[in-house]
Amino acid sequence: MQMKKDIQQSIDQLLFNSPTIDKVGVEERVARFQTRSIKGDSKLQALKMALNMIDLTTLEGKDSPGKVQQMCYKAMHLHDELPNLPTVAAVCVYPSMVKIAKSALLNSKVNVASVSTAFPSGQAPLAVKLADTTFAVNEGADEIDMVISRGKFLAGEYSFVFDEIAAIKDACGNARLKVILETGELLTLDNVRKASDLAILAGADFIKTSTGKIQPAATMQVTYTMLMAIKDYYEATGKMIGMKPAGGISTSKLALHYLVMVKEVLGNAWLSNEWFRFGASSLANDVLMQLMKAETGVYQSPDYFSID
Amino acid sequence: MSRLEIVKTYKIYIGGQFPRTESGRYYSPVNKEGKVLGNICLSSRKDVRNAVVAARKAVGSWSERSAFNRGQILYRIAEMLEGRKAQFVEELQFQGSSKQAAESEVNLAIDRIVYYAGWCDKYQVIVSSVNPVASSHFNFSVAEPMGVVGIIAPENSSLIGLVSLVLPVICGGNTVVVLASEKLPLCAVTFAEVLHSSDVPGGVINILTGSTDEMAPTLSTHMDVNALVYGGSDPLKLKEIQENAVLNVKRVFAYSTDWKKADAQGLHYISDVQEIKTIWHPIENVGGATSNY
Repeated sequence: MQMKKDIQQSIDQLLFNSPTIDKVGVEERVARFQTRSIKGDSKLQALKMALNMIDLTTLEGKDSPGKVQQMCYKAMHLHDELPNLPTVAAVCVYPSMVKIAKSALLNSKVNVASVSTAFPSGQAPLAVKLADTTFAVNEGADEIDMVISRGKFLAGEYSFVFDEIAAIKDACGNARLKVILETGELLTLDNVRKASDLAILAGADFIKTSTGKIQPAATMQVTYTMLMAIKDYYEATGKMIGMKPAGGISTSKLALHYLVMVKEVLGNAWLSNEWFRFGASSLANDVLMQLMKAETGVYQSPDYFSID
Repeated sequence: MSRLEIVKTYKIYIGGQFPRTESGRYYSPVNKEGKVLGNICLSSRKDVRNAVVAARKAVGSWSERSAFNRGQILYRIAEMLEGRKAQFVEELQFQGSSKQAAESEVNLAIDRIVYYAGWCDKYQVIVSSVNPVASSHFNFSVAEPMGVVGIIAPENSSLIGLVSLVLPVICGGNTVVVLASEKLPLCAVTFAEVLHSSDVPGGVINILTGSTDEMAPTLSTHMDVNALVYGGSDPLKLKEIQENAVLNVKRVFAYSTDWKKADAQGLHYISDVQEIKTIWHPIENVGGATSNY
């Protein structure tokens, strides 16, 4: 009982005392992650790890069952020319495509993630958001990517945002909840940190940077700030929270920088797709091209890889 | 007190920008009198990779430009080169040409650019055809650019060799990655400066300096290069390039001509790096009557 109270207290402390962020300090720290040079076997290992962390994503108005099925096939068969490749972690689609993705991925370990809560703007009443989420879960989604109400957050209505996340978390059932902060609209790193703390305390299993619809999407600065929120929460409570940068990570080199950052901030425990994901559509092909380059010794052409 | 002379650092040209080589290396070739020509980038395989990426990115918009507009841009290169003639003459002399030879080389280069500028909206008419076939089809063939073309410039020529190989290739809507002459690199980089100020979109022409032996294998094995033009004279090097090209069935063309001759130019330098696309278009052919086509 005493312990529970202690935890409650530390949660309160975190919520009300979200630290302010030293932007210049963050930039310097992030710049140092980018100077690491990863070569040879470590690079191969890291590339395969990155592949295994990808949420292959298609979130367009023009998505069709055919497009989703093709993407699901790709999720399972990244590049059959290369033996021993992992699959991606999940595919990420709109709720209306969950059933199609689910049946296409039958007998594979690839999860289906669905965006919900009136993605990408989140401008809908709670009842609609809940219905959206319940629908996706009932269709078979293993993971739910929700968006927060950025307007309310920026207006300072934190409890509104908190309650909304908590309600969606309830609706998720066994599905893991990723909370998209849409950091491109939060304007400052202070806000990013506050939103991260809020989402974590409200029950997020993952915090995610962006929808991919707003620029800037994921940046290393923003991701670092969110990783620090996860670290502080872990140190206070012992509970792990996952991280998913999404949007704008399209090269292997950048993906490796992210992995370095995760390792150095959170440690090895987070280096699996249970705790870290990349939301990306074109990253997979770039990683595959790098792996083929390592295999064959010659630079590759997108002509010989599947279209995504 | 005597003034300390500044030796120019010649940078490479990738995607419309002048970066230093990624490797940070340079070399300092000398002329016959033993004078250092300049500090020249010793490009690495990663520079080749970057150049190919830039060239690939530029293919779409360059090949889709109207032929007339490509002609205008090529003509503009000639105009800009005319304006900087003196600098090229000086560089050629510095690299060992006589004044007279240098002047005539630059003049010829300008004329050759104008020549290919003129071809831009004409070669298609010459190489395309309507083909007689024995079925109800309108059958026609058109030339399409191959895409990214790697060019290994002649070793013994600084300007005219480079111009003679590059211009026909871009005239046909391809983009190029050029390995400049290792011993005579000055005009290649200065030519890049001309391109930079003459409406040629970034990435259409990318110019690398350094060791051909080091870069040629990377360029010739690169899966995203569609064709290679070899301007050198070493049959063993050519053989190696041809073998490497098999990897993704690149087309390889080797020219060894005296580019200083006025007639070392022609339509086939353009049409070699074009793929011919033939289209079978079904047509109505009622009761054996001739079609309207």
